[in-house]
Amino acid sequence: MPAKTYVQTTINGEHVDFLCEPRQSLLEALRDVIGLTGTKEGCNDGNCGACTVEFDGRIVTACLVLGVEAEGKEISTIEGVAEGSSLHPVQEAFLENAALQCGICTPGFIVASKALLEQNPDPSEHEIRFWLANNLCRCTGYDKIVRAVQDAAVKMQEA
Amino acid sequence: MTTTVDYERNMVLATKTYDVVGTRPIRHDGTDKVTGRALYGADYDTAGLLHGHVVRSPHAHANIRNIDTSKAEALDGVLAVVTHADFTGDSEGMVDMGEGAPTSLKWLRDNVLASDKALYRGHAIAGVAAVNPHVAEEAARLIEVDYEVLPPVVTVEEAMADGAPLLHDDLKTMELGEATDNASNVADHFQHKKGDADAGFAEADVIVEREYRAKTVHQGYIEPHNATAFWNADGRVHVWCSTQGAFAVRDAMAQLLDLPVSNIKVTPMEIGGGFGGKIPIYLEPVAALLSRKSGRAVKLLMSRADVFEASGPTCGSWSRVKIGAKNDGTITAAEVELAFEAGAYPGSPVAAGAQCALAAYDIENGTVDGYDVVVNKPKTAAYRAPGAPNAAFAVEQAVDELAQKLGMDPIELRLKNAAKEGTRRVDGPVFNRVGLVETLEAMRDHPHYSAPLGENQGRGVAVGFWFNIGFDSAVDLALNDDGTVNLTEGSTDIGGSRASIAMQAAEVLGIPAEDVHPSVVDTDSVGYTFLTGGSRTTFSTGWAAYEAAQSLKSKMIERAATIWEVDADSVQMEKGVISSTSDPELSMTFNELAGQLGGTGGRLSATASGNYQGWGGSFAGNIVDVEVDPETGKTDVVRFTAVQDVGKAIHPSYVEGQMQGGSVQGIGWALNEEYYMNVDGGMDNSTLLDYRMPTSLDLPMIDTVIVEVANPGHPFGVRGVGEANIVPPTPAIANAIQSATGTRLFDTPMNSVAITAARSSNGA
Repeated sequence: MPAKTYVQTTINGEHVDFLCEPRQSLLEALRDVIGLTGTKEGCNDGNCGACTVEFDGRIVTACLVLGVEAEGKEISTIEGVAEGSSLHPVQEAFLENAALQCGICTPGFIVASKALLEQNPDPSEHEIRFWLANNLCRCTGYDKIVRAVQDAAVKMQEA
Repeated sequence: MTTTVDYERNMVLATKTYDVVGTRPIRHDGTDKVTGRALYGADYDTAGLLHGHVVRSPHAHANIRNIDTSKAEALDGVLAVVTHADFTGDSEGMVDMGEGAPTSLKWLRDNVLASDKALYRGHAIAGVAAVNPHVAEEAARLIEVDYEVLPPVVTVEEAMADGAPLLHDDLKTMELGEATDNASNVADHFQHKKGDADAGFAEADVIVEREYRAKTVHQGYIEPHNATAFWNADGRVHVWCSTQGAFAVRDAMAQLLDLPVSNIKVTPMEIGGGFGGKIPIYLEPVAALLSRKSGRAVKLLMSRADVFEASGPTCGSWSRVKIGAKNDGTITAAEVELAFEAGAYPGSPVAAGAQCALAAYDIENGTVDGYDVVVNKPKTAAYRAPGAPNAAFAVEQAVDELAQKLGMDPIELRLKNAAKEGTRRVDGPVFNRVGLVETLEAMRDHPHYSAPLGENQGRGVAVGFWFNIGFDSAVDLALNDDGTVNLTEGSTDIGGSRASIAMQAAEVLGIPAEDVHPSVVDTDSVGYTFLTGGSRTTFSTGWAAYEAAQSLKSKMIERAATIWEVDADSVQMEKGVISSTSDPELSMTFNELAGQLGGTGGRLSATASGNYQGWGGSFAGNIVDVEVDPETGKTDVVRFTAVQDVGKAIHPSYVEGQMQGGSVQGIGWALNEEYYMNVDGGMDNSTLLDYRMPTSLDLPMIDTVIVEVANPGHPFGVRGVGEANIVPPTPAIANAIQSATGTRLFDTPMNSVAITAARSSNGA
């Protein structure tokens, strides 16, 4: 079995170090090595968005990043979206708008939606749909997800 | 892009209001699911966990001559390898997995691990357990399988052709209920007949006859199949998996592994979508056999390619429809032939498709023929109203053409012939109270139906039917001292059913939905509960919750009477307040009584279980506007209104969500999705890039109209909402494309290639 590499990184604002094989993806490192299972695997080839995380301020699919690439980076996952016991406005809006059914795609959608609203606090419906087009949801038909993001935008601007 | 609306987007045409039922509380499992804390099947971990990999056939059709696992077994880090030879016990008997026909134990075992033949690319051949998934995958590559490759058949037309290669030498056609000696790929041919179709066509002034084809599509849930199993030294097997039916998994595992059901415990983890595709078992028995061999817990996960090539899908189909009417629009006769792919083993959804095909119409004379046909694709699984969309794609287009020939409005033609209470379906049953007329009237009266269309746009309508089902459910309630109630149930929550079940208990008890805490538990911990499917969960498990709450309410009334030393008949409990009709001074709240139970005779709990009958069918209808690019044929859905009779919407937001989700799956089936098969019988597009499901950017908002025609067979009038909504989109979109372009398409997917080709062959 291949030797493991020692990786030091920052996840959700905390210093984290771990050992992983060079062939392991960041998704595997998060889920299987570090135990952050909120980031989901749907396809393992970058096409469903269920493993969306923030990686040095950019949105990436963790399945297309290697675990060793986390060295020295700042990563944010779904587990870091709420502040303590206070849900983020995007999370609240998803609940209030019934924007999830099975919930497997929800962590990726919330991470992506939060990043959108940080860049563009007042997106149009088209801009929301364009930004979220890399996140697949098979349950909702997206209607309530788009509405939740619109609702969160209003709440965040009021705050 | 944002359009302004001049009407209420989501309407509830309510017939009765309650205190809790019909409101929109936050779902009980919501916080865990927006914070990443909810544990799905793949998230399960335990001490000493091994990771597995499944070896799959690269060939669509092959004899398996030999499997050599010796090199894999010798690899460092490998702890067990299993093949079909590891099954013990005989293979006689039938297994009923729920939605769909029962299947033979041999076929079910062969589908889990192939014995003598590989019947589709992706067919499981062997399983490996190792210290990590990468070692397991390396070991899988070392397993040598000697195949004799055979020619495949991948469509019903190929499989039914004279001289077609046979998948099963021992499969003999069942012909109109009689066993025959005909070895063929047709497992079953059946016929429903009412009246005299020939005489009916002789009365018709106008007749439409066409053939239609729908492509194989996948349920497309975002969470791949997963299973972890531990075969304990005491002989008990514990399974953790994402399934629509923990008890169905337990029962099938018992038969496959030749164990008593009581030796198997299934813990349903959170499930990331299913739509019918997570009823069958695939990985669970392989994980169990690997665990028995290794003595360790073993986890197996499917890749996305495995999901496409070895689970689901729903059937591709060939259909023929002939339908005739008088000039006044009275339909006089209909003839429908349906040939559906079963996949590798018999059991397509053609039986349900045949029952639904003409369900929307009160027709004097009709025949429906169904053919269940095996092909070299994965065994089909249920997919949201299984079989009904294939039939509707054909029938609802033929009805649209009939309306055009008659010069009638397509909704008025449907209203004139609409099935209603008392109508006898062509397949025999007589309808109880159903809401098709109300659904069609809501469509006709919706502002969408009379809104102006833009250039290159067209509008289509269609309706669809699904039965919905009932059957076994069980619920336990325990009253806490603080006035809240713990609710224990066995229905996998695939889209908000904890809320819809808890709300029915809360309504009876007169307390807020938030004060009922629902838990979905394992098969050792609650009474038998049939699967989450057939749109039955809110109906049946909700009914069990209603009954358990009624029982708890009676006990609370008796306790209050004891405390007050009055007759129980004089005590009532309404809206969370217990009071006495004999003495107005005697009154306390639900919470006050709950807090006194310990000191007045002990805490209270209640239980209910039943085999719930009285389910009511659901009709759905769509109004769809499309815009077709005149150059490329690319079709955009620009406006979509989904209407459905759901009986009673317990939580309207999740009812709307079901209608929106089913509609969008139908849009995907209509416009993009298909199994693209190569000449070797393999699927060429088994990734989510190439199997293109709709994204947010492909769609408009999906407007909903909830019609509530109460089901007389349920305490709150629930029918169920999960399935009928996927039935009308494919024909409604076909009808809309015809309206926009003048060209009618008879096959799915109706993508730009198909539209361009159809137009050029029409000389357009």
